[in-house]
Amino acid sequence: MKHIVKIMAVVVAISAFWVGLLQTSIVSQDYTWLLPIYFIVSLGCYGLLMVGIGLMQFPTCPQEALLLQQVLYLRFYYNLLLYVIVLDEDILEAKDFLKQRDVDVGSD
Amino acid sequence: MEGEEKKNKYSIIIPTYNERLNIALVVYLVFKHLPDVDFEIIIVDDGSPDGTQDIVKQLQQVYGEDRILLRARPKKLGLGTAYIHGLKHASGNFVVIMDADLSHHPKYLPSFIKKQMETGASIVTGTRYVKGGGVHGWNLMRKLTSRGANVLAHTLLWPGVSDLTGSFRLYRKSVLEDVISSCVSKGYVFQMEMIVRASRKGYLIKEVPITFVDRVYGSSKLGGSEIVEYLKGLVYLLVTT
Repeated sequence: MKHIVKIMAVVVAISAFWVGLLQTSIVSQDYTWLLPIYFIVSLGCYGLLMVGIGLMQFPTCPQEALLLQQVLYLRFYYNLLLYVIVLDEDILEAKDFLKQRDVDVGSD
Repeated sequence: MEGEEKKNKYSIIIPTYNERLNIALVVYLVFKHLPDVDFEIIIVDDGSPDGTQDIVKQLQQVYGEDRILLRARPKKLGLGTAYIHGLKHASGNFVVIMDADLSHHPKYLPSFIKKQMETGASIVTGTRYVKGGGVHGWNLMRKLTSRGANVLAHTLLWPGVSDLTGSFRLYRKSVLEDVISSCVSKGYVFQMEMIVRASRKGYLIKEVPITFVDRVYGSSKLGGSEIVEYLKGLVYLLVTT
């Protein structure tokens, strides 16, 4: 079944429930007329909330970036900080190995 | 499990375009982190003018032409077809797809393989959005767009995977062949289409955390046209899957 059909089914089910409420007048009609608006507003709130939570909890990896940048970007800092910060040994090792075998890995 | 490990072969497909400075590092790191694994690296180079292919030929001298396969194409022909092109030459029963620009670190490869063996999954996809994973180099706008896109996709598509647009993945070869043939999208949407179609076909998909350091040698690109493409892709997937 195409996914749009599933979503349409959900929408139809909700609409049917709403029409049912209107017909039977279990709750006051005035109130029932407003339900779709509440529904759309709460859908929007859900979206915003999820985006907000996602933004706040956005996983970052500054260490990883630092390791890469030290070697690939900041040659100047690299020389300066060599003795202070742990470098990504992986990449240094790779460059040594490849240079020994005459593979061009750039100047830094 | 031990026996299975012995006979599994992994074909690592790496599409490149102007990755002269990165490709040798990536190849070295793959060899370093997969010491006891039978694998081959298939580099699909789209006619890079910076001499990427020369570096790959040098690497072939070091590691052997049976481990490093250069399958070049004359010009830039898009990511999706690059995978199809690489897939044609793959001899492994599993295929790994990764970027050449070091935004995907090869040190995560063993966790992909381990996860696949533990679960028997058909696809293991790297996710940046769980604990242990992460992203670097994105500003607030980029994060906001990414989150919005994610919430939208999850609300509409129910894909069952947390990272839809990631491109660091391990596929069973037959599954990749099956899924890729029905995918028509490009760029970000292509990755999403692959995983959504696979999910709809009922393939078992598992996730492992990865970190993603954005475009070490370039600037990240996510403008208005990408957003429009993404929304179009979303609608396309809604009505076709």
